[in-house]
Amino acid sequence: MTFKLMTDFFHHLNKEIIVDTKFSPEEISFRDEVQAFLKEAYTEELASKFNDKANYKSAQIEWQKCLAAKGWAAPGWPKEHGGTGWTPTQSFIYETERSRVGAPDVVPFGLKMVAPVIYGFGSEEQKQRFLPDILNSDAWWCQGYSEPGSGSDLAALQTKAVLDGDDYIVNGAKIWTTYAQYADWIFCLVRTDNSGKKQAGITFILIDMKTPGITVNPIDSIDGDYTLNEVLFDNVRVPVANRIGEQDKGWHYAKALLTHERTAIAGVPDSKRFLAELKDIAKQEISGGKPLIEDPMIQSRFANIEIELMALEYTELRVLALTAEGKGPGPASSLLKIKGTEIQQLVQQLRIDLAGYYCGAVHGDLTAEQLGHEFGDQARRAYMYGRASTIYGGSNEVQKNITAKLVLGL
Amino acid sequence: MNFNLSEEQNMLKDSISRFVQNQYDFETRRKIVDSEEGFSRDNWKTFAELGWLSIPFTEDQGGFGGNVLDTMTVMEEMGKGLVAEPFIATVLLFGGLLSKSANHTAHAATIESIIGGEVQGAFAYLERQSRFEISDVKTTATKNSDGYTLSGEKTVVFNGSSADKIIISARTSGDQCDQQGISLFIVDANAQGIEKTNYRLMDGQCVANIVLNDVQVSADQLVGELDNAYSLIDTVINDVMIAICAEAFGIMQVLNTTTIEYAKTRKQFGVAIGSFQALQHRMVDTFMACEQTQSLLLRAAGSLAAGDDDAKKDTLALKVMVGRAGKLIGGEAIQIHGGMGITDELNVGHYVKRLMMINTTFGDADYQQQKFSAISNA
Repeated sequence: MTFKLMTDFFHHLNKEIIVDTKFSPEEISFRDEVQAFLKEAYTEELASKFNDKANYKSAQIEWQKCLAAKGWAAPGWPKEHGGTGWTPTQSFIYETERSRVGAPDVVPFGLKMVAPVIYGFGSEEQKQRFLPDILNSDAWWCQGYSEPGSGSDLAALQTKAVLDGDDYIVNGAKIWTTYAQYADWIFCLVRTDNSGKKQAGITFILIDMKTPGITVNPIDSIDGDYTLNEVLFDNVRVPVANRIGEQDKGWHYAKALLTHERTAIAGVPDSKRFLAELKDIAKQEISGGKPLIEDPMIQSRFANIEIELMALEYTELRVLALTAEGKGPGPASSLLKIKGTEIQQLVQQLRIDLAGYYCGAVHGDLTAEQLGHEFGDQARRAYMYGRASTIYGGSNEVQKNITAKLVLGL
Repeated sequence: MNFNLSEEQNMLKDSISRFVQNQYDFETRRKIVDSEEGFSRDNWKTFAELGWLSIPFTEDQGGFGGNVLDTMTVMEEMGKGLVAEPFIATVLLFGGLLSKSANHTAHAATIESIIGGEVQGAFAYLERQSRFEISDVKTTATKNSDGYTLSGEKTVVFNGSSADKIIISARTSGDQCDQQGISLFIVDANAQGIEKTNYRLMDGQCVANIVLNDVQVSADQLVGELDNAYSLIDTVINDVMIAICAEAFGIMQVLNTTTIEYAKTRKQFGVAIGSFQALQHRMVDTFMACEQTQSLLLRAAGSLAAGDDDAKKDTLALKVMVGRAGKLIGGEAIQIHGGMGITDELNVGHYVKRLMMINTTFGDADYQQQKFSAISNA
């Protein structure tokens, strides 16, 4: 083709910019709506309830009921079951704004983890029985996946369920069960067959925590807090009616859920907010008579994190755009968990370092005023508990194994 | 949000990709780079015929009126082929300055000859002492009755050895490092008083150091406004940063793909080395680095195309990422290729050397990170 022809050809094409990395006017007005709602709903009074650990459960339920009343408790659900019908970008905007005002995320076990399995694979009766209570936060759920002998190698789980009439009889132990002490229900992967491949022979069941034979033992964690538990099952009777889908197919249901949870785990909006907070702190903390933010080493730490985060935010938006086009989460999603948690830990490390000596201060009953420092205690707890993020949801090393196999074809 | 290319961007992408596949295999490229000029004049003619040289110029100037997203598309594909023809030096830098200057109509004929492929250009903005500071200009332009005389030395001028015309940054007022007081002049490469020393950079490109011994220029050789060239240079370099980062992204994809393919076929201890977890995790790291680079590339190009306030910050972040990710990806590509990675025969080292030059061009990752911090912490 000659030069002349080619330029003519160019000139006839519509030069509209298709790559559009900005929010649309509709999305901007949605953002305004979210901001207005959060301002009204997440009151200072409610926020202050979260300051006392003893109030945690009731405060969390109050907040989630507030969201349910607005119809926003379950953005990810199909509309017919009470979802919002938001696009992935709208969900992203909501999460960003929620994080900006410091409102907590919903507890994921009911709304984000078991519900998709129930509406995806459960019977009509199970949907009607369980979903409304989850949506309205009338039931608190916990997750029974990991066991003392199966951590990253989840499929090696050995908690047994044996059929006896209309019931399964469950024996075994689950561990790292977050908030089991508050839970009304636990969803479990249990072994119903040991004869074949370890992924086969796993069944997905829902267990009422009030059933006789269940013991919840607390596990204190290195942040000085108590959120984790060991849950023991001693001849616990579970009706077959509480089984999701078919017996021995539980791994399939659980796996479908895992791939959809990667985006949320990246925690981009929270990391953005924390980083902004830390920048304010670094402007106030003084070293050698100068604000810490002027220290080139500190600046370099901030810049490194911020640049990775700016990239990850767009990686997430790319994944969301693909999802909206029905092309699934795609290969880029596998890095969201790894990068997202790495960034969370870099932020936590920076917070610890900004606190200096006070990163070690255990406040106990003392006020910040008495100790002479505000955020050291919080920095320590966030850092210590934050170690879990690269371990849970499939450790980052396991994520890399999965990526190497499924994405890179190695 | 939409991260898809437009129909014509996809056609452009395909057309460059076809050129690379059909006419730019690695051995052909090696011969081109080893030739005296380091690029092929025939290929340049082809670029002109295909309209590629017209892309960034406005329709009034006879161009395609493309924006930064179009040049991004072009450069990603050129990166994949490690295309050595001086598209950046002649079209984006030299052409970009002319096209965006306030007095671009005075340079319409030169722009036309860039689009037609008849002229090679260069932008001489570096000096021995300047490192990455484009405002550090000692070369002087002194006013006289016929215009100006240029004196000084410019270094590492991309395409300086082949350029027919060169835009020189020179000080018309102010102190050595002032942003104010810099002016641009377009000169013929063979003008009286110009002395060139040609040499090569490790990526094969031909550059020159240029000594200006009282080179006489007339006032109509001025590009842009007198004393106020800094913002023009900054704008053009910002555009070109996106372009070279897109080139880097193309290179990164090739390096990662090549390395993964090698790991699948190379056997040691009786198995493919790609089955070793230690190597798998490294390749996942380089995959993630490449994805993160693409995200920032789209972010920065999108902001710049939309005229967003964050465009500068996004571009700096991108340049930092390209430097860091480039080092990781380049280093791992050589390491995983083992002894072969060290050889000149394999294409890997050549891609790595281009990535290294891209890191340093317009300021390396450490330098850009400081600029990023200044904006981010303001």
